[in-house]
Amino acid sequence: MSLFEGVLELADDHLVLGHRISEWCGHAPMLEEDLALPNMALDLIGTARSLYEYAGKLEGAGRDEDDLAYLRGEREYRNLLLCERPNEDFAHTVLRQLYFAAFMQPYWQAALKSSDEVIVGIAGKAVKEMAYHIRHAGEWVIRLGDGTEDSAQRMKNAVEALHLYTGELFEPGAETHALPDRTALQPTWEATIDRVFDDAMLSRPVVQYPQTGGRKGVHGEGLGHMLAVMQSVHRAHPGATW
Amino acid sequence: MSGEVPLWEVFIRPRNGLAHKHVGSIHATDEVMALQAARDVYTRRGEGNSIWVVPSAAITASDPDQAAENFDPTGEKIYRHPTFYDIPEDVGHM
Repeated sequence: MSLFEGVLELADDHLVLGHRISEWCGHAPMLEEDLALPNMALDLIGTARSLYEYAGKLEGAGRDEDDLAYLRGEREYRNLLLCERPNEDFAHTVLRQLYFAAFMQPYWQAALKSSDEVIVGIAGKAVKEMAYHIRHAGEWVIRLGDGTEDSAQRMKNAVEALHLYTGELFEPGAETHALPDRTALQPTWEATIDRVFDDAMLSRPVVQYPQTGGRKGVHGEGLGHMLAVMQSVHRAHPGATW
Repeated sequence: MSGEVPLWEVFIRPRNGLAHKHVGSIHATDEVMALQAARDVYTRRGEGNSIWVVPSAAITASDPDQAAENFDPTGEKIYRHPTFYDIPEDVGHM
């Protein structure tokens, strides 16, 4: 796998999850979260933009960030299945965010030592944002997991539904020194999740058959709907600029 | 939901050397969540480098009905207002 493909995978993860989080804008359970969630969405979409821009350069085929984000179909997207999972309730949302951030924070930490200067630059900014996402989402997971009967049950349901998709995080990526080894990050990720789960009165399930396929373009039905919404303006007005 | 969630007052220090200043209030279940909410609501445009949150219930405020007896008398004590001095231009802004 080329560096272009490796960067594109990362970009797709960030854009798809960023868009999912942005769907909460105007719908969050309280005003404070209505600002916090779009903050996190903007962190992710900002990182996606830098990654798409760089991917376009690496590809050298004249595609820019808009082409890569808005003019590729569902089967061309290489994002993790975890990132495209629907928001469902707030428990699903904060858990998905914790799972992703707990992976990306050590990923960017490792990427700071990359041989590629652009990757180091993107990592320097993202590593701080992901540390905050772990904290913000983690505190919510703790409060819902160790909260009321209803919130605890919803948190347990979210763990059951989403944990299936976490194995894909650690699938080997591009074979290049420019990007960190994903498989090596599993112990760090598990330690972060266990630390939060201990306080949240949750246990980390053992998954026999992890759901994968996102990296090959095999997605759940939700992604097509999401892309249709996300890409509708660009497809209706090709070449439009902001 | 917000009916059950306590209110917090948010104070932000814009930069080192300045005092924390009240910027508004937020709802949060506890002090950790209050700090996070304050960060997300009030520091999105680089407003500060330090946040305090205080339970609104911990603040005792002066009674607006007593505003006249509290604050009006100071207006009479004009000798406390240093407006009688000619300040040489070299001194500049005081």
